[in-house]
Amino acid sequence: MITGTIFDIRKYSLHDGPGIRTAVFFKGCPLECAWCHNPESQSFSPELIVHPKRCIACRACVEVCLQAAIDERLGTDRGRCLACGDCVPVCFSDARELVGREMRLDRVMDQIKSDRVFYEQSGGGVTFSGGEPLSQPVFLQAALAACRELGIHTALDTCGHADWEVIDQVRSGVDLFLYDLKLFDEERHKAATGVSNALVLDNLRRLSELGHTVIVRIPIIPGANDDRGGLEQLGAFVAALPGAPPVELLGYHQTAEAKYASLGREYALKGLPSPDRERMQSLAGILSGCGVTVLNEW
Amino acid sequence: MPMTERVRKLRQQSLEAEETLSSERAELLTEFYASGAVGPGVSIPVQRALAFQYLLEHKTIYIGAGELIVGEKGPAPKQAPTYPELCCHSLADLNVLDAREKTRFRVEPGTREVYRDTIIPFWQGDSMRDLIFSGMTDDWKEAYQAGIFTEFMEQRAPGHTVLDDKIYHKGMLDFIAGIEARLEALASRQDRDTAAKREELQAMRIAAGALIRFGERHAEAARTQAAGESDPRRKAELERIAEVCSRIPARAPRDFHEALQYYWFVHLGVITELNTWDAFSPGHLDRHLEPFYQQGLAAGALTRDSAEELLHCLWIKFNNQPAPPKVGVTAAESGTYTDFAQINLGGVQADGSDGVSEVTYLILDVIEDMRLLQPSSSIQVSEKNPQAFIRRAAEIIRTGFGQPSVFNSDLIVEELLRMGRLLEDAREGGSSGCVEVGAFGKEAYILTGYFNLPKVLELALYNGLDPRTGKQLGPQSGAAKAFSSFEALYRAFEQQLQHFIEIKVQGNHVIERLYADRMPAPFLSLLIDDCIAAGKDYHSGGARYNTSYIQGVGMGTITDCLSAIKQHIYAARVGRDPLPQLTMPQLLKMLEADFSGFERERQMLLNRTPRYGNDEAAADDLLVKVFESYFRAVDGRKNTRGGEYHINLLPTTCHIYFGSVTGATPDGRQAWTPLSEGISPVQGADRRGPTAVLKSAARIEQVRTGGTLLNQKFTPQLLADEKGLQSLVDLIRSYFKLGGHHIQFNVVDADTLIRARACPGEYRDLIVRVAGYSDYFCDLSEALQDEIISRTGHERF
Repeated sequence: MITGTIFDIRKYSLHDGPGIRTAVFFKGCPLECAWCHNPESQSFSPELIVHPKRCIACRACVEVCLQAAIDERLGTDRGRCLACGDCVPVCFSDARELVGREMRLDRVMDQIKSDRVFYEQSGGGVTFSGGEPLSQPVFLQAALAACRELGIHTALDTCGHADWEVIDQVRSGVDLFLYDLKLFDEERHKAATGVSNALVLDNLRRLSELGHTVIVRIPIIPGANDDRGGLEQLGAFVAALPGAPPVELLGYHQTAEAKYASLGREYALKGLPSPDRERMQSLAGILSGCGVTVLNEW
Repeated sequence: MPMTERVRKLRQQSLEAEETLSSERAELLTEFYASGAVGPGVSIPVQRALAFQYLLEHKTIYIGAGELIVGEKGPAPKQAPTYPELCCHSLADLNVLDAREKTRFRVEPGTREVYRDTIIPFWQGDSMRDLIFSGMTDDWKEAYQAGIFTEFMEQRAPGHTVLDDKIYHKGMLDFIAGIEARLEALASRQDRDTAAKREELQAMRIAAGALIRFGERHAEAARTQAAGESDPRRKAELERIAEVCSRIPARAPRDFHEALQYYWFVHLGVITELNTWDAFSPGHLDRHLEPFYQQGLAAGALTRDSAEELLHCLWIKFNNQPAPPKVGVTAAESGTYTDFAQINLGGVQADGSDGVSEVTYLILDVIEDMRLLQPSSSIQVSEKNPQAFIRRAAEIIRTGFGQPSVFNSDLIVEELLRMGRLLEDAREGGSSGCVEVGAFGKEAYILTGYFNLPKVLELALYNGLDPRTGKQLGPQSGAAKAFSSFEALYRAFEQQLQHFIEIKVQGNHVIERLYADRMPAPFLSLLIDDCIAAGKDYHSGGARYNTSYIQGVGMGTITDCLSAIKQHIYAARVGRDPLPQLTMPQLLKMLEADFSGFERERQMLLNRTPRYGNDEAAADDLLVKVFESYFRAVDGRKNTRGGEYHINLLPTTCHIYFGSVTGATPDGRQAWTPLSEGISPVQGADRRGPTAVLKSAARIEQVRTGGTLLNQKFTPQLLADEKGLQSLVDLIRSYFKLGGHHIQFNVVDADTLIRARACPGEYRDLIVRVAGYSDYFCDLSEALQDEIISRTGHERF
């Protein structure tokens, strides 16, 4: 049975496509955005998360850890920790959690299938998100095919950074692309995400040419991509695409800060304020000015 | 329409009036019986009718400044009468009611004196409460004291019924004509019951006349006020009130105003005759009023605004009537002023077609404007109803005051059909009280008591002994340590369950007969088919349908307990499973210690057990198993009124009381803390969101109940945008497709969030809308929690 590395399956997801959806989060992403609100999704390997507030100091973890990575004050030495996960099953208060596990396709499909009544009622379905689902193309393709078989609507939430061959392989199984665009300028894109955006832009153009249903999603990160010039470049690009796909703006928020802490990682954007509604509206105005349809309700 | 100045004032008065215990009814009743007006030759039904007549003839008539709908249960708004014939308050009770911090009733010094000198000496030892307790077996009393079940009738009369449309076509004079026709038909016959039937019918005739007189007294008072009124507008209103009150209740209403006033007099009649459970309800008010509304609009005599103002006035009337003050232990504990009148909206008409009308939307506006504790309201959702109806209700739900609640109208029809109702009677049915179903206008459906399912499991673990008191309460069903399998334990639970249901039902039989013989309700009876035709009282099987309910409590808790036992004691360990295997003696030791010194084991029980509410078969199968056992133990038993027992699953607030008598449980719950409520999962046990909860809850075959209660918590942010609102509607529709009976949404405020932050373990299921997405509140950083709390604060109404 085919497997994928999944870090979460979330039911009653309302903001990743139409209707009531189940979001399946793939672990591992080719990009390294500093603002990533799912930092646990970035690495392809399992990671240990610690929730100190849940700890009851039973010390069961200390006893099973062969690496001696957990000290007497129950702190975790990330240098020693191999994320083997041995401490997780003995931690009955769920203070230690391993994110990212190999899941069999049928298990994932069981989770997806269980909410069919809600999809059918609401016009919802499943959204494959991440991480980057296209980084696990074999599993993704199989999951899409299984959904198609069952008549379940599929959305693919992607950063678009994949070889066209990969996208070409899976695209027939995708009903809706939620396609992230961050920056148009290649150098700035490289600086912010660690990769060039050449593939991203090219793949989006090809999908549009082939007539796929696409919603472009632009995260608004203060200081990184919320300048007029950058947005106008993006707007002009999108407006010129065949079918001119609509755009949804996603405002930056600080919710990820706690997640960075529980992974034992530094959060680079600490203290960065979220853009307020007026700011978001004015940025949306810039895009509208380029001839782009902005979907957000304000 | 915004509230008129009049309505704003009346509403404010209603909110500000202090709940006060009134001795007027008790005094009048005592006066009546002490006067010797009824000799021993007068039958009990006729005595009761004459007493009712005396009350309505002598009680204070109240017409407040600016009122359009008139009449109060007490001498003035928020003045609560007492019912010493059912339960007589002691001086200590009065002190408790007066002194307690929450849901207090003010007791005037004069009231205390009257009680001391007149009421208590006359009624003490002779009230229904006294008779009930002296009529119960020792087994019953011990189980009752141990908190295995409660008894509804020990201080309130079995009422719990709802009106159909009959009063909108018939005045009290028409009822009297019907009664007389029955009496005439009986005159030529001489069967065994004829004399009793004649007495009952005569009592109903007196009661109908008494309500006419009550209307006339209001007409007279309005006329007197009008004569002295200098403001010509108010004078005209008072004259109109006088006209309405002298038309109805004697004759059928002709317009919207008369229809509302008539219902209100009938409502007051029912709750003056006895302190029936769940007050009384008008049922499908939108449907009943629609013809009057349309006819008024067509005639130009009514506008949407004037109809709305009249409805506002009726709403305020409901809010003016606090629930009867309790006695004994419940006087200290009972924590609500609400008397559970519930207005039904939508659903289907008698012919099965869509029941949503213009008045439905009008009443939804009224609910939103009034934001009052009473009356409660519900939408009855059918496949046939338009989406706009549910959307409108969802908009009100998201304002966060818990109304309206949401029912599956199509399932309710099926439930009633399963219980043997005619199709048209089932469609006229709906929900009342919390979630209970009945055929409106034709059924006496009596809630008899809550039943503590986790406590029964506790007894099974202790061989029938109550570990709290050391008393042997149940049969010796086997020592737990000797159970070789989960099934053996389960059989012991079923044995205890059967035993206590049997005790409860035997007690109910006695209580039913006491009410039938001693406390007939001729006024209520004339409103419910087929009491007149049968010449029988509502309390002795006169209604067309006669249900007795026992309400199971703690489904979530007991499911998780069974799941924990199965998982940690009886499930085989495979390979190098990190879960230690527990033995029964180890588990009992932990429970006896209330997990003190066993926190790691408690965490294991909490977090390594399949738990109900996560759409997980391992737990939900056990839920179904318990449901089947409870259903089989209760459903189909005969009551003494010619009807049957059915179950429902709701707790009101009893899960707190039942928790307070139940020690630590195998699901990791600590001693004396609340049980789960309704069919909701244990607080914090559901961790996969609302769809998983609904899927789990729908595993119960709810069509075989007479009502289940499911609570869901949401924050206002989750419903703030269009998508959130539409998804709420979709959740409701989906749950009902799956066979759900009822759901209500707790759109929580900042206070709850603050508590959630302090005790995250109890609020793990709380979902909040964060920014472009939703998350579990307790998983958020403290700073973000603060931010959301402050945001919610701004959104509060």
